[in-house]
Amino acid sequence: MAFTEDKLKKVQEIIARYPDGKHKSALIPVLHLAQEEHGGWLSSETMDYVASLLKIEPIEVYEVATFYSMYNLKPVGRYLFEVCQTGPCMVNGSDQIIDYIKEKLGIGVGETTTDGLFTLKTVECLGACGYAPMMQLGKHYREHLTKEKVDQIIEECRSKATSLN
Amino acid sequence: MGRKLLLEKAHVPGIRSYEVYRREGGYASVEKAFKHMSPDLVTEEVKKSGLRGRGGAGFPTGMKWSFLAKPEGVPRYLVCNADESEPGTFKDRYLMEFIPHLLIEGLIVASYALGSNRTYIYIRGEYAWIVDILEQAIAEANANGWLGKNIMGTGFDCQIYVQRGAGAYICGEETALIESLEGKRGNPRIKPPFPAVKGLWDCPTVVNNVETLAAVVPIINLGGEEYAKIGIGKSTGTKLISACGNINKPGVFEIDMTISVEEFIYSEEYCGGIPNGKKLKACIPGGSSVPILPANLLFKTAKGDTRIMNYESLSDGGFATGTMMGSGGFIVLDEDQCVVRHTLTLARFYRHESCGQCSPCREGTGWMEKILKNIEYGKGKKSDIDLLWDIQRKIEGNTICPLGDAAAWPVAAAIRHFRDEFEWHVDNPVESQSRNFGLAHYADPRPVPVTA
Repeated sequence: MAFTEDKLKKVQEIIARYPDGKHKSALIPVLHLAQEEHGGWLSSETMDYVASLLKIEPIEVYEVATFYSMYNLKPVGRYLFEVCQTGPCMVNGSDQIIDYIKEKLGIGVGETTTDGLFTLKTVECLGACGYAPMMQLGKHYREHLTKEKVDQIIEECRSKATSLN
Repeated sequence: MGRKLLLEKAHVPGIRSYEVYRREGGYASVEKAFKHMSPDLVTEEVKKSGLRGRGGAGFPTGMKWSFLAKPEGVPRYLVCNADESEPGTFKDRYLMEFIPHLLIEGLIVASYALGSNRTYIYIRGEYAWIVDILEQAIAEANANGWLGKNIMGTGFDCQIYVQRGAGAYICGEETALIESLEGKRGNPRIKPPFPAVKGLWDCPTVVNNVETLAAVVPIINLGGEEYAKIGIGKSTGTKLISACGNINKPGVFEIDMTISVEEFIYSEEYCGGIPNGKKLKACIPGGSSVPILPANLLFKTAKGDTRIMNYESLSDGGFATGTMMGSGGFIVLDEDQCVVRHTLTLARFYRHESCGQCSPCREGTGWMEKILKNIEYGKGKKSDIDLLWDIQRKIEGNTICPLGDAAAWPVAAAIRHFRDEFEWHVDNPVESQSRNFGLAHYADPRPVPVTA
């Protein structure tokens, strides 16, 4: 894998935020970029590439990538449903929402639909407790979830995927 | 109607943009500080204001600033902690989303006071869209001369950068945050040395919460003494409370710390009461790690005083009969909620978020989750409740960072105040799968055994 010119420029911009010699600080933001570029997950080749970009050892990348929950170390579907299940969301019915998504998509937590479109992941508190139940989808939150809203979101993703193909 | 210092203008149309923010009086504190005050004088005002850290610990901000070491020729850093991850807490998100320039303004004044030429906002990775909002605000502040080189001719240079995390509650702990900002795993450091002496890249560093830094703006505008007149005792100024759970109006409220807990829950101005005419069972008033209180102890302290929404009153009675202000993540549970199940989700949260450095926390959080799961699913034994108590005691105080305490406290308080609900689960393994224990006698005042 290799970044485009644009992405490489972005990496330089990130490195410039830190004092000279402190470019390792760019690791977490650059891993986010790499994950976006590489279909939403980090393969070992991707991590090695990031190590070479930042001139650090691959192990330094692996230890970070395995620590933070937003990095996916296995392939994920095009649309990743990250549903919060912590206390305040549970009180507002997140368990039922998770069950409904499982039923609707025919997958368990951590699994991907056979068409490669959807992955379901449960996550811990995302800071949307007042707007529960909720999930993260890409860059944004989907809040006040109901079964109807889940149906709509799934439809929306399917039609987006069709128009992209 | 309480006084609003932070969110007063948050809903002015277009306030996210520089023009509107400035027209509404924004950046006046930077003008005042840079033109008329020395950096030390800014710190003095913050000290006088009595402002306490709004992230959860409540440490006096001015004192934290005055601890910052200032060796010649060594850079100093200010880092804004926007890693808001404590379950129940979503106030910083609200502030950054609706009125981002308030944070940027506070950061500029604080950077000036502390001599930080590079200031970082470390924001939790999931708040990805807020990164764009903040970067836009920073760009506008740069374009209008509030950031950059030689700001307002003072000779002071400052730039603000946003750093995104990647999903780790532990990075809200300041030394873990610093590790993460250095591009490493978020493992908390052993203290001392404290960040004020050896922080980011081994340089003196101050880490403050978003709300704390935003509060610097009204402190400078009003003067520290005026600010300190709002509130009661050592709870000065206003506090953002994010309210959630079983209430009619979940959301973020700015309170001056003089209203009662009862008023906060039931008045239309705030939470608007509990939906469907249900009764209040319990409340976790300061984010998931502070002790849960049953209704009877929530409204009145053990001494019978009205409990007020402030640092002192919420912690009245210690952990035996009190709780904490914490981060202001206010979680309300009605009579239909199961304390065992709720505690289980919190135990799972802390197991998931333990960084794994210290054995008591790494192993203990996992054990607590397993035992709570057994009790919740009808497979528990009476001795499990004592075992849970024992485990939490062995975690508390035995870890490098406060995550261990934060994991132990919710379990301890749940057992302390709701032991009969745990016992009911054990005694009724079948029935407990189809219905909840309910309110029982918690709504009535009753003596609480002092076990802590």
